[in-house]
Amino acid sequence: MNFDIYLDDVAISATDGQSVGAALTAAGITSWRRTRQRDRPRGLFCGIGICFDCLLTVDSLPGQRACLVRAAPGMRLQTDGPER
Amino acid sequence: MPENETILTTSDVVIVGAGVIGAACAYFLSEAGLSVQVIDRGGPAAGTSSAGEGNILVSDKEPGPELDLALYSQTVWRGDLAEFGALWEFEDKGGLVVAAGATSALALNELAVLQKSEGIRSEFVGYDDLPKLEPQLTRDVVSGTFYPDDAQVQPMLVVAHLLRIARRRGVRVTSGQRVVGFRTIAGRVGEVLTTQGRFSAPIVINAAGPWAGEVADLAGGYLPVLPRRGFVLVTEPRPGMVRHKVYAAEYVADVASSDAQLQASPVVEGTPSGTILIGSTRERVGFDRTLSLPALRALAVNAIKLFPTLAQMRAIRCYSGYRPYCPDHLPVMGEDPLVPGLWHVSGHEGAGIGLAAGTGKLMAQAIAGREPDLDLTPFAAQRFRRAA
Amino acid sequence: MNADRAIAPLVIVGAGPAGLAAAVTAGLSGVPSVLIDAGARPGGQYWRHGAIAGRGAIAGRGDIADRGDIADRRLAELLDKLHVLITSGVVTYYAGKQVWLIQTRADGRFILRCNDSGAVTDGGSAAMVIADRLLLCPGGYDRQLPVPGWDLPGVMTAGGLQAMLKEHHIRAGTKILLAGTGPFLLPVATALAAAGASVVGICEANQVRQWWRGRKDLVTAGGVLPGKLIEAGGYAAKLAKYRIPFYQGTVVNRIAGQNRVTAATIAHRDGSRSRTVEVDTVGLGWGFTPSLELALAVGVETGVDADGSLVAIVDNRQSSSVAGVWIAGEATGVGGAAKADCEGQLAGLAIAADVGVPVDSALAVSLQRKVRAWRGFAAAMHRAHPVPNDWPDHLTPETLICRCEEVRLAQVQAAQRDLLADGPRLVKLVTRAGMGWCQGRVCGYAVGRLCSGDIEPQAADLAALAGRPLAFPVSLSDIAQAEDAE
Repeated sequence: MNFDIYLDDVAISATDGQSVGAALTAAGITSWRRTRQRDRPRGLFCGIGICFDCLLTVDSLPGQRACLVRAAPGMRLQTDGPER
Repeated sequence: MPENETILTTSDVVIVGAGVIGAACAYFLSEAGLSVQVIDRGGPAAGTSSAGEGNILVSDKEPGPELDLALYSQTVWRGDLAEFGALWEFEDKGGLVVAAGATSALALNELAVLQKSEGIRSEFVGYDDLPKLEPQLTRDVVSGTFYPDDAQVQPMLVVAHLLRIARRRGVRVTSGQRVVGFRTIAGRVGEVLTTQGRFSAPIVINAAGPWAGEVADLAGGYLPVLPRRGFVLVTEPRPGMVRHKVYAAEYVADVASSDAQLQASPVVEGTPSGTILIGSTRERVGFDRTLSLPALRALAVNAIKLFPTLAQMRAIRCYSGYRPYCPDHLPVMGEDPLVPGLWHVSGHEGAGIGLAAGTGKLMAQAIAGREPDLDLTPFAAQRFRRAA
Repeated sequence: MNADRAIAPLVIVGAGPAGLAAAVTAGLSGVPSVLIDAGARPGGQYWRHGAIAGRGAIAGRGDIADRGDIADRRLAELLDKLHVLITSGVVTYYAGKQVWLIQTRADGRFILRCNDSGAVTDGGSAAMVIADRLLLCPGGYDRQLPVPGWDLPGVMTAGGLQAMLKEHHIRAGTKILLAGTGPFLLPVATALAAAGASVVGICEANQVRQWWRGRKDLVTAGGVLPGKLIEAGGYAAKLAKYRIPFYQGTVVNRIAGQNRVTAATIAHRDGSRSRTVEVDTVGLGWGFTPSLELALAVGVETGVDADGSLVAIVDNRQSSSVAGVWIAGEATGVGGAAKADCEGQLAGLAIAADVGVPVDSALAVSLQRKVRAWRGFAAAMHRAHPVPNDWPDHLTPETLICRCEEVRLAQVQAAQRDLLADGPRLVKLVTRAGMGWCQGRVCGYAVGRLCSGDIEPQAADLAALAGRPLAFPVSLSDIAQAEDAE
């Protein structure tokens, strides 16, 4: 089943069972966070919930691991979490 | 046997303990021109100094000798050591004490008036002004007092840099040296014996924090120092969320209390790295590193009461340590009456980081035979007597 | 009784090969268990598999069984049995749960506190689980070494690339270079190529002929060798089929790009030559790091394995130094799924025996023999694929060591030179390396090696970096609501 999730209000297609990190990667998006000290882009690194590099805000909840969180229809993702 | 081994070093002073107290003593003794050997069972900041929050506080002290020491120490942090502030993340952020009810608000105001007579600056903060200081603070408080002179440092960096500067002046720092005994020469301390060898000096400073009582025992002296355990929770980074050191008025009562049971009063503060530190618990359970869920829970419950938005934030780690305390909750800075040449410098309880600068400078003055800037009588080691 | 507070005779943490095998073995022997796993589906990192639309987590194995290789047939068998055990109430399975705290109660029981990993939304509540016996099968993750540019988006762990492919059916890149050391790079490369990616090469830091270094261990590998040789031959054929170059004795010493990877430099370790290739993705892996925080939290004895990893010490029945705690899989020594499977079965039998259930002792003996063989094989692999001592040579002062706290090499070196930071503990305290979100999981190995020089770090140093009293981030409200277990 395909459905849309939204990264900063832009629709992105996701598949049932896919993590939001996988959906973003499939859409050609490789980074969705900037580091707090050097303002560097980050996205998936370990892909299995260990490194916490792929954090983003999911439905207003900041600091979620994109590699673990399952995509769900209508999910709203934000790149610019309060960490920045 | 260590006694058969050669003397590893000879110096004017051996300091046992490379925590913040030992490091500050090394810094000021070497500045005064004395040769110093620092030894530690582990390494720099291996004990209590790496287990606190890095507070340099005046707000939590009631008038008395400890407040005098805290005020003196402030002048040393902001004077003698001011040039190094950036190295150890000295933050002149100020402390905000808040009162949850009318009774504690009154008590808080009374304390502030008392403290003002001792020279502590503070400002009353009314209900409407609290959000300007701390936007995320609960609205379920009555009022607060702001103490502009409360500050914060990163304590491990303090220890590391004080020792670095001291080493440039010739101070030697040797890790992995557990003290196993002392040798007295002509009725006074002469050598420290460790698992690795012997360190010779006519003066030994016992800065072993909560373990200073054991070191005193090994020398035939006496120092009733005990550990008071505390936990700290560290949150995910969220820069700017908490701007000052914020704590509840009950904290002052807990600091001064002698209760052995778990006490927890909220102390919340941001750090330059973005994490938020949440203290504080106090328990008398000896040296027990076991993680205590009741302690962590008390920290979390209290912190959420102060800052409701913390509820959704995550703790990413926690740590515990042992505050060294004496029965009368005052530090010890003085020579052991039973062992001439052995100076005890411990018992700073939860205020050791803040008090370290002043303590180091005063000890250097006393040991170099000069008149100390502050009367050390209230801190004398002879105020304790071993029970018969 | 509150389900959260039920006392389980056995709690298994981790549903990878070891945990699955143990839950099934113990369950079929009549020992009920609670199985807790952070993933969305059982299988762990190795037996990672995607969901089938319209079917539940346990049913989601149809595509795996069809592919026909031995490991996946074994997964299918275990999932079938697990399904029966779950349906009959013998196994209680929690998906998407992380254990953030383990404590030992005065009566010797273990209290586990769990929160959601985010992998499932309907994983039920397992806020607190109380265990008579504990089996830890926490698995591990790719070991990493810093390299200039490794923080660029498009650089991933080899295991991460594999996970995207196996579980999410996503190619994380189109032009991919793999680098590091160890046999794991091969299946990742061939799977990516099979999925249509252009794999421009595998940089293997070691030489395959170095396998003679592990010859003593290969003797004990005995029976498992022929199978592994066939597997190796299979990879060689696949590399040829997909035209994937295998560069031995090389490393990626620089990764370049602005906001994502655009190029990587392949350098021969002997310094003879280097060249830069255009890529959009780099996969890195230097072996694996076992997850030891839960084992350390209950106080088990640890040691250093042949690959330099901190591992839990267990006896020939997977029993740790702590009464009531068994450990199986990567946490006892990195060795792959087959070793983990055998250890899990062995632990399941040992725990059944501990409960007082009669067990097949001939099976146990046979499993012990297999475990010995797999450990021998793993040791040979570790000796053939060491992390080269010259790995820091291509770092620059600006290279990030700790990704979370953005600590550069220059800061680590300054701490070592000026601040008496002669061990990883003090380096961490004064530089913040290892103090961020991941709590040193990614940089811990590198920091340990930077501190120890050419000498392998000691168990105590490694334990100082691997101990995490809070095993995973946990919300303050979860802590505030945690109930006492007395």
